[in-house]
Amino acid sequence: MSVKRDDNISAMCTVAIGEGGKTGDWRSVRPVIDHGRCIPSVKKKAACFLCWLYCPEGVVKATIPVEIDFDYCKGCGICAEECPAKAITMAREVKEHE
Amino acid sequence: MSNVQIMTGNSAAAIGAKLSAVQVVAAYPITPQSQLAEILSQYIEGGELKAEYVRVEGEHSALTVCISASTVGARVFTATSANGLLYMHEQLHWAAGSRLPIVMCCVNRGVGAPWTIFNDQQDSLAQRDTGWIQIYCRNNQEILDTVIQAYRIAEAVYAPVMVNYDGFVLSHTMMPVAVPDSETVRDFLPPYRPHTILSPDDPRNLNPVLFPWRRENSAGVLCDGYMEMRYKLQAALEKAPAVIQETNRLFTAAFGRDHGGLHWEYRTEDAELLLVGMGSLASEATAAADLLREEGIRAGVIGVRVFRPFPARELRAACARAKGIVIFEKGISYGYEGALCSELKAALYRAESQAPIHNYIAGLGGRDVKARELADAARTSWQAMEKGNYDQPTSWLNCYTG
Repeated sequence: MSVKRDDNISAMCTVAIGEGGKTGDWRSVRPVIDHGRCIPSVKKKAACFLCWLYCPEGVVKATIPVEIDFDYCKGCGICAEECPAKAITMAREVKEHE
Repeated sequence: MSNVQIMTGNSAAAIGAKLSAVQVVAAYPITPQSQLAEILSQYIEGGELKAEYVRVEGEHSALTVCISASTVGARVFTATSANGLLYMHEQLHWAAGSRLPIVMCCVNRGVGAPWTIFNDQQDSLAQRDTGWIQIYCRNNQEILDTVIQAYRIAEAVYAPVMVNYDGFVLSHTMMPVAVPDSETVRDFLPPYRPHTILSPDDPRNLNPVLFPWRRENSAGVLCDGYMEMRYKLQAALEKAPAVIQETNRLFTAAFGRDHGGLHWEYRTEDAELLLVGMGSLASEATAAADLLREEGIRAGVIGVRVFRPFPARELRAACARAKGIVIFEKGISYGYEGALCSELKAALYRAESQAPIHNYIAGLGGRDVKARELADAARTSWQAMEKGNYDQPTSWLNCYTG
């Protein structure tokens, strides 16, 4: 199968999810959410969304409960740092080669 | 109908930019370039040139404005000298890496510290490895014509072009210059077509971080890594000599003036001793060659017009029959020798000619260089070469080194 090659003479990329590759494989620690500790804020359901607000990569989905897209989460830990309920902990990523 | 006017090099450059119908000008004044920026601002203010003059707080911003405007499809012009050019250094790489056909005049001036406002070519020579095409002019007619040619070259290979001419020696010296009519220039210079059309319908992030390896994007298209992008710029500059020569041929046909393309020669047909230089220094060397011929030394001159891409093949052919080569330069690669000397020596690697090469550093910071002094130096070298002196250390002409 032939791969289509980019023939641009200067570097550029489109605005699309995954344009920079699956950056989730950069992660050495991953956020683990204890949804039981989330602060109820919407109709008494667990959703204050501060993790969604602070995530610099936009990989936290504002659902109830919140979900993280691990294809692109780099494991920076800002969500865990900002969570007022300390519902998020950073757990060491165990990779196959380790 | 010829329209010959008496003008300075700066006026010639400004007229060249006007005739090229530039659409955006951003320049910050610095001696000896200031007059050029002033003339262009007058053209635009008076409605003689339909362009936007963007006032900026420094040279880094001047080139950044040009980069932005060129990216969205405008033909742009800027000009600077010496420390102003050094202040642009980062953006020089950015312009070339973005493959933008920006044309800039560098009115050559020595670099501080210590301050000098006077001429040498250290400023542009120090920008050798930024990916810009560099052309050196020898008179005011060539400045006007080269600015026009530069747009055609830049827009054909998508690389920026630096048109260099000596501060004061050319920039402030009046000479007769034939001004071409704008219709002929328009026919010679097709409209600029940017390599990328930026549009809100197809938004792009320009110059993102590239990783060491090639990689597929989200649409499955295999994109270049950093090194492939660097190679594409090198390939463009390798293609440029043919484009420069073709542009020179077409220009000669349209305007009846031939500035030589990559290099020019003077009385070289039977020359044994070649004087080599760039810009007005090479022009002065033609008078030195005449003096030497009066004494029976068969001297000729090679003027290197294009320094990057370096015309190695053409210069190798031009030097094939030489028995001695003397290079005069208004710049020095500290700790070694003149940059042109190093390049020419490298070009002659395993060449037919094994002529001895002597190197003179001359005219730094505006020190006067007379034809008689060039002839004296060349004669001294010629006599030493005849005695088998191949490796004379780099000499400083008219300079107290003792």
